[in-house]
Amino acid sequence: MNADLFANAFFEILANPEFWVAVLRIATPLILGTLGVLLCERAGVLNLGIEGIMVAGAFTGWLAVHGGAPLWAGVLVAALTGGVLGLLHALLTVGLALSQHVSGLGITMLASALSYYGYRVSFPKVSTPPTITPFAEMDWLNVPILAQQTPLTLLALLLVPLIAYVLYRTPVGLALRLVGENPQAAEGQGVSVAALRSGAIVAGSALMGVAGSFLTLSAFNAFFFNMVNGRGWICIALVVFASWRPGKALAGALLFAFFDALQLRLQQSGAVLLPYQLYLMLPYLLSIVALILVARQASYPQALMKPYRKGER
Amino acid sequence: MRLEKRAQQSAIALALAPVGALAFTLLISALLVRWAGAPVGQAYGLLLKGGFGSVFALSETLTRAIPLTLTGLAATVAFKARLFNIGAEGQLYVGALAAVAVGGLHGGTGFALPAPLLFVLMMAAAALAGAFLLLGPALMKARLGVDEVVTTLLLNFIVLLFVSLMLDGPMKDPSAMGWPQSVALQDELTLAKLIAQTRVHTGLLWAWTLAVIVWALMKFTVQGFNIRAVGANTRAAMFAGVPVTRTVVLVAMLSGALAGLAGAIEVAGRTGYLTLDMSPGYGYTGIVIAMLAALHPLGVVFASVFVAGVLVGADSMSRAVGVPTYIADVIVAASLISVLVATSLTQYRIRWK
Amino acid sequence: MSAPVLKLAHITKRFGSLTANDDISLELGAGEVLALLGENGAGKSTLVSILFGHYTADAGQIEAFGQPLPPGDPKAALAAGIGMVHQHFTLADNLSVLDNVMMGSESLWQPFTRRRAARARLLAVAQRFGLDVDANARVGGLSVGQRQRVEILKALYRGTRILILDEPTAVLTPQESEALFAVLAQMVAQGLSIIFISHKLGEVLRVSQRVAVLRAGKLVAQAKASETTQSQLAQWMVGHAVSAAQRQPANNVGEAVCVLDKVSTAPARERLRDASLTLNRGEIVAIAGVSGNGQSALAQLLCGTRAATAGTVVLMGRPWPQKPAQLVALGVARIPEDRHEVGVIGDLPLWENAASERLQSRTFSRFGWVRRRAAYAYAQRVIAAFDVRGAGADAPARSLSGGNMQKLILGRALVHPQRDATATPKLIVAHQPTWGLDIGAVDYVQQQLFAARNAGAAVLLISDDLDEVLALGDRVAVIHDGQLTPARPALAWSREAIGLAMAGISSPQATP
Repeated sequence: MNADLFANAFFEILANPEFWVAVLRIATPLILGTLGVLLCERAGVLNLGIEGIMVAGAFTGWLAVHGGAPLWAGVLVAALTGGVLGLLHALLTVGLALSQHVSGLGITMLASALSYYGYRVSFPKVSTPPTITPFAEMDWLNVPILAQQTPLTLLALLLVPLIAYVLYRTPVGLALRLVGENPQAAEGQGVSVAALRSGAIVAGSALMGVAGSFLTLSAFNAFFFNMVNGRGWICIALVVFASWRPGKALAGALLFAFFDALQLRLQQSGAVLLPYQLYLMLPYLLSIVALILVARQASYPQALMKPYRKGER
Repeated sequence: MRLEKRAQQSAIALALAPVGALAFTLLISALLVRWAGAPVGQAYGLLLKGGFGSVFALSETLTRAIPLTLTGLAATVAFKARLFNIGAEGQLYVGALAAVAVGGLHGGTGFALPAPLLFVLMMAAAALAGAFLLLGPALMKARLGVDEVVTTLLLNFIVLLFVSLMLDGPMKDPSAMGWPQSVALQDELTLAKLIAQTRVHTGLLWAWTLAVIVWALMKFTVQGFNIRAVGANTRAAMFAGVPVTRTVVLVAMLSGALAGLAGAIEVAGRTGYLTLDMSPGYGYTGIVIAMLAALHPLGVVFASVFVAGVLVGADSMSRAVGVPTYIADVIVAASLISVLVATSLTQYRIRWK
Repeated sequence: MSAPVLKLAHITKRFGSLTANDDISLELGAGEVLALLGENGAGKSTLVSILFGHYTADAGQIEAFGQPLPPGDPKAALAAGIGMVHQHFTLADNLSVLDNVMMGSESLWQPFTRRRAARARLLAVAQRFGLDVDANARVGGLSVGQRQRVEILKALYRGTRILILDEPTAVLTPQESEALFAVLAQMVAQGLSIIFISHKLGEVLRVSQRVAVLRAGKLVAQAKASETTQSQLAQWMVGHAVSAAQRQPANNVGEAVCVLDKVSTAPARERLRDASLTLNRGEIVAIAGVSGNGQSALAQLLCGTRAATAGTVVLMGRPWPQKPAQLVALGVARIPEDRHEVGVIGDLPLWENAASERLQSRTFSRFGWVRRRAAYAYAQRVIAAFDVRGAGADAPARSLSGGNMQKLILGRALVHPQRDATATPKLIVAHQPTWGLDIGAVDYVQQQLFAARNAGAAVLLISDDLDEVLALGDRVAVIHDGQLTPARPALAWSREAIGLAMAGISSPQATP
């Protein structure tokens, strides 16, 4: 491998604004998904249903638009789908205090299977996936790089400071954080742990649904099998990497997207002749490395993954 | 709403729980079948027949059950120690890869060792490959506190890409005309058929024997106690003198080995070579089977036959009445959730105040 | 007398087949301090939990300040002016003092928090009651006494008029307890009424005006504090005459069994620092101290679950073995502090728990296979010898009551599988062995420790209960911040000197 060649290709790629456009685009579902996981985990609940919820959000949002609804209605449908699946997770983990791991995995399986089933039932004999007209770029924005993005990206970027504000500067955010640290304390201050946890899970899952819809309504214009391809799990890793803070979640998502966009373009430039599979492995390897790096310092919500049974002392 | 522990678990409730779960699952699936426009009764009939209704159907079911039993055992062993191994899929593939590496027809003839020896080496390689793959995440959890759910999940993707890499290069079958599949196994290393004219192979006996071995291990040996103790209460286990880290390592290697063997046995018994789509998610389904079997090794045998029957039956039903095959995954996932809910309700009562 | 601020009428609460509160009627007067007394399981915590809204009573009504109190809702209780300081602090370590205190005081629908106003109010309240706090400090870094102050402030901040304190002095030194009582007096002066739960009879008579005694869910007696005595209270609590733990002096102290010399453990929340101690045959050495000062480090060191980083520990002349299995084989009997979470493995059956410490050894295993019959027989022996009542050797350990679980642990420690009934361990490490047990069980455990000592065992007793330490210990040492005072004969310590030592103020040295 020629170091000079690599350096040349590297800087060429970075100098091209199209690269940064791609970075933001790739980061969008990660930002939305990670914020969703963040809300759930801050309240003390692990939501492994994210992978399936993203699939479901991608499918239902797309289906609605394919059926004639406007794009934002599709996003809303995706959010509602996520919310309903989140409600199921809340019933199982908060209501019945079942294992959060198992409930989440079950929901991922169920949601994915239902989505694929629904797709096949709706379009039994297609060879090429039917398409829709996705979100258009925001030319009316005079900001470079942002102007080439679609509205959902803007939404994702705006949600970061919004969620940070809610978490740190509102009573409900403080209550949420306390519920994730010590549910007994919250109960003793007159706050319903069950209601708050369920609300956080539903809201977080709605965000996950929207993250999925970005794939079918913005990034691509059709629904493919294996479309989500592990992004949900990467969000779970990113939340740990972000120490459960929205600002760091944004940074993590962007960092990740940076490497993802980079590896594709490095492949295309031909500067480094490695098998493409090694490039594709990079995102997952990076996630594992990130997890190891932050492992010791992670100040996780103390009540994460501990089921809370009201009245049991 | 809150949960109150029931003073006594009535035996009736305990027996009715799985029935209730099953009924609920069938209801959901019935709705889905209606949505596809197929007649519900006929569809269910075809499912049952396709899974269990003939010697052929049973043989297909049993064939499918072999890897499921092994991944189910892998999940059972790990979950019993509260090591959430979600990486069985990757461990399966890496085991298959190792098996082909040792037993494959490299350069036309493969390694020139006596077949029985080569067979043992092949299986050992597969088991070790799976074991070491899980060891990494297990140690990361034990030493660094990194959640093993995410690491094992991410490893699945990495392994699949690695297998693809190998199939494109060193392990490629030159005679497969560009199709990404591995070199085939030497003939003498493949597993014999159990029932003539079917695909059921002796791997079934391996799987069932391993189930009994795992059961005996858990119930009668000191290691089994250590595993159960660490899973039930790590602090108390440590107090009692159980070597915790050593036990976690053992569990990881055992669980990974079982999943690796699943891959090797699939290659040796069913396909003869390794392809990327060899496993339609057996690793993940194994987790569902383990939960359905309530983490009991012998229960895994039954649960895997049940799930395999549903999968096989759904395949044949879908061909006949045009219901998409994904209904099988829905049934499996829905039964998992409803069994958990039903079991929970036998232990707790819901109070609305 | 003015109208009562709190009226409980016919409160009844059942959990399955257990009646925790049985037709309890009680009143609290304005500006009064009412002590609620009772053994573990008598129903005190349940009653106040109902009052505060954690539970809903099956029958009965509560009136606060003349208004009926909506049941089952802590928010309503807080609104009615009822506040609670829980025994196990309900604080979020990762958040600040201000966050912990103000949470829940503003409506969840409000789109912004008023932190500055909240901080000002917190400091005003703190000053009013003489409680010193740093509003921005992270709770996780505070001492136990400071954390309790935050707990109290949580209630005071919300404008509590009726304050419930659940075993507040359990984690305080005698001096800190005095400080707390001063705060309580200040609260009463400011018009609060107080319900004070305790099992420390002396304290109860000092602090309260009236005492209510619960036994097995029923209210069995109420009296003015000035008109009753400790022994009368104890009798009401238990239902029969009770004598305090009697001293049984040792009469056959032998050679050293275990010697600690300037031992330190790794820095952690609890640690040992340069601790030295000698444990002799036929003698009970009791360690007094406020919990959290290194007792856990000492106990875990001697139970084999924590390593020393400096100094030496010697067992019968040889270096201290690291592994619990080796300790048990050498004759060390261990009784851990937390019987539920460390002493037994709740999900596993009794017989496996009885054999768990020796499972790796040849007694109960052969070539890796468990010798089930031997283990089962041993469990039966322990159950019979120590009268462990439960559903049998196959039942899961968590089905045992606290007392029976402790008896199982004690039996496992004291009954040797191969030797006969007269064999005694060489060293017994007992960490809070009587915590949470009713008086009958407490007496049983203490008698067992005396018996073992008389048979030649060296006993190390670590206890929060100063009365127990002084009654059982032949020699007593005090632990503070990881350091041990020399162990002096029990009669050489005055209560005042112990209290000072518990707070870290040293007294004149005497021979250890």
